[in-house]
Amino acid sequence: MLAVKGLKANVGGKEILRGLDFSVGPGEVHAIMGPNGSGKSTFAHVLSGREGYEVTAGSATFEGQDLLALEPEERAQLGLFLAFQYPVELPGVNNTYFLKAALNSILKARGQPELDAVSFLRLIKEKLKILHLDDSLLKRAVNAGFSGGEKKRNEIFQMALLEPKLAILDETDSGLDIDALRVVADGVNALRSPERSMIVVTHYQRLLDYIQPDHVHVLSKGRIIRSGGKELALELEEKGYGWIDAEGQAA
Amino acid sequence: MTSATAVDDIVGSEYEHGFTTEIASETFPPGLDEGVVRAISARKGEPEFMTEWRLKAYRHWLTMPEPAWAAVHYPKIDFQSISYFSAPKRPEDMPKSLDEIDPVLLDTYNKLGIPLEEQKALAGIAVDAVFDSVSVATTFRKSLAEAGVIFCSISEAVHDYPELIQQHLGSVVPHTDNYYAALNAAVYSDGTFVYVPKGVRCPMELSTYFRINARNTGQFERTLIVAEAGSYVSYLEGCTAPQRDENQLHAAVVELIAMDDAEIKYSTVQNWYPGDAQGKGGIYNFVTKRGDCRGARSKISWTQVETGSAITWKYPSCLLRGDDSIGEFYSVAVTKGRQQADTGTKMIHIGKNTSSTIVSKGISAGEGTQTYRGLVRIGPRAEGARNHTQCDSLLIGDRCSANTFPYIEVKHPSANMEHEATTSKISDDQLFYCRSRGLTEEDAVSMIVNGFCKEVFNELPMEFAVEAQKLLSISLEGAVG
Ligand SMILES: Nc1ncnc2c1ncn2[C@@H]1O[C@H](COP(=O)(O)OP(=O)(O)OP(=O)(O)O)[C@@H](O)[C@H]1O
Ligand SMILES: [Mg+2]
Repeated sequence: MLAVKGLKANVGGKEILRGLDFSVGPGEVHAIMGPNGSGKSTFAHVLSGREGYEVTAGSATFEGQDLLALEPEERAQLGLFLAFQYPVELPGVNNTYFLKAALNSILKARGQPELDAVSFLRLIKEKLKILHLDDSLLKRAVNAGFSGGEKKRNEIFQMALLEPKLAILDETDSGLDIDALRVVADGVNALRSPERSMIVVTHYQRLLDYIQPDHVHVLSKGRIIRSGGKELALELEEKGYGWIDAEGQAA
Repeated sequence: MTSATAVDDIVGSEYEHGFTTEIASETFPPGLDEGVVRAISARKGEPEFMTEWRLKAYRHWLTMPEPAWAAVHYPKIDFQSISYFSAPKRPEDMPKSLDEIDPVLLDTYNKLGIPLEEQKALAGIAVDAVFDSVSVATTFRKSLAEAGVIFCSISEAVHDYPELIQQHLGSVVPHTDNYYAALNAAVYSDGTFVYVPKGVRCPMELSTYFRINARNTGQFERTLIVAEAGSYVSYLEGCTAPQRDENQLHAAVVELIAMDDAEIKYSTVQNWYPGDAQGKGGIYNFVTKRGDCRGARSKISWTQVETGSAITWKYPSCLLRGDDSIGEFYSVAVTKGRQQADTGTKMIHIGKNTSSTIVSKGISAGEGTQTYRGLVRIGPRAEGARNHTQCDSLLIGDRCSANTFPYIEVKHPSANMEHEATTSKISDDQLFYCRSRGLTEEDAVSMIVNGFCKEVFNELPMEFAVEAQKLLSISLEGAVG
């Protein structure tokens, strides 16, 4: 589904991704862990097409298409979704209106019929239930004045609505209280399916207790330095990143 | 696509309504003197008092210097190179129904998205369409007449209701007020007159579409709306103009009068040709709009959406004379390309417990410059006066600018004044966020801009709000931060 090979990218003239190899098959959940500043968000942004990142080498294909040649909206229309580490506020833009426009834009690009107001509201009600989200958030402007946790939940709500093929969750767990974490994880699990893959970026084992990954990777200084099963996360929790770094140097 | 090229795309978005209708018009040769003023008056068969009124204004105009203080730049206007009268060919047999209207003209309206026939049936809007300088179509007269509302061209009003005209015309904006007001009084070609009698709630939104057409003919519209005690009227003004080479001067005067407990809502959606990428060929829009809250508890609201014109110089104002009267100003102004706008409002508090609200939303893109200039004056007798002013600017790109000049004069210690101002930019983060959800850059910009303007759009009548949003999307097509 996603195949990344030898990906190198610069930000502000500095090389942040330094030869990244990574692939995700249908229905798989991959966790990416790694120290602050190692390039996790950069990787997520490069995959979703943010401007300002200069790809200097390597490739990324998504469902056989050259992802890097596409505009961000085209990637979204193909079925890529990024849940932001720092969701952006859009003052004055009504949340429901925004979601409807986004969904219809995606449907339109896929040649599918757009939803009218009634069927959209029905869909929204259904998805709200999954995330135990208060519908008052939908009447407000996108993320404007939302608490940190509300913003993160809103991201997962968007994901539930847009039903992507590949979702990248960038530290969705940070800023969530314990109950919210559970709700979000339940929501994410409800969206797991054999056709839907996920990349979960996190610093904490706790999230992975709820969302059990098929694979765990450690990103350090712009490279995947270790991959393994879900037990790798436990080991990291216990020993910290220094352990792998030290091992890496010893080897 | 990089941000810089995307910004250039908006600047490059061509004026949608740029075409010229071919209708034979009878146009005066360029130039202005007493003879021309008399000829205009004679051509319209005006009574003596009107001719004298024009001449007085003309003579005063000669003594006035052209204003130079607004923060706009343009080549000096040669008033002798302008033609001061133009009319569709058969003014003596004015059409009685739409069937009599020149099909070319109807087609023009259709291209502008104003299907007159449909409008008649739709929304219940009475349309007094001004084409060039003479009204050519008026609908819904009858049901208005039943309510006792007068809605006609000002030329007709001069003939049919001379007392009302003599009593009110120039009573809010006297010819001595400013240079363009004096010029307008001398040479005004036509416009709209609305009279709502005591206690009458006007049964429909009144609407006029303006369109400048004949080459090189300045338009000098004159609008007078009188709302007698306890009455209510909502008036919509919208206009577009065809593309052309010379700059075109538009110097309109709008006077509103609200008596005790009366309310006037005046909404404008303005989309004149802004000129090409170099600013060449656009409309110069120097307008004097003033509302007089003459009676106690009267209310006047100005709502405007301005996207067009090369140069806009315009301050819809309220004189709050009646005790407890209310003045409101809601404005969205867009400048892009080389457009310049110097706009704002004046709220003059004279009576006791008067209150005013100002909400100004300025959007600049490309190399557009925009100045908000607002004056709030609390007079010595205006005990308990209140004002709330909110000025927000939204910048799209790095080459545009916005300035805000709030002037406040308070002569009564009890005044309660609030002022808020913000400047924001559409950020790359916001655009990327929207795009990562599958929205195009254009959709994202238009969504953010519409969100920014919401408070003002909420003040517009429904159909107009939809039109205004469309207009904004069209004028900011391809815009990116
Ligand atoms: N616009 C930029 N200009 C310069 N450096 C940048 C820019 N954006 C990111 N960086 C740098 O790139 C590096 C990787 O950042 P990134 O956000 O990808 O880290 P991360 O792994 O997501 O970290 P965290 O766990 O703290 O979220 C950091 O050193 C950061 O300072
Ligand atoms: Mg990060």
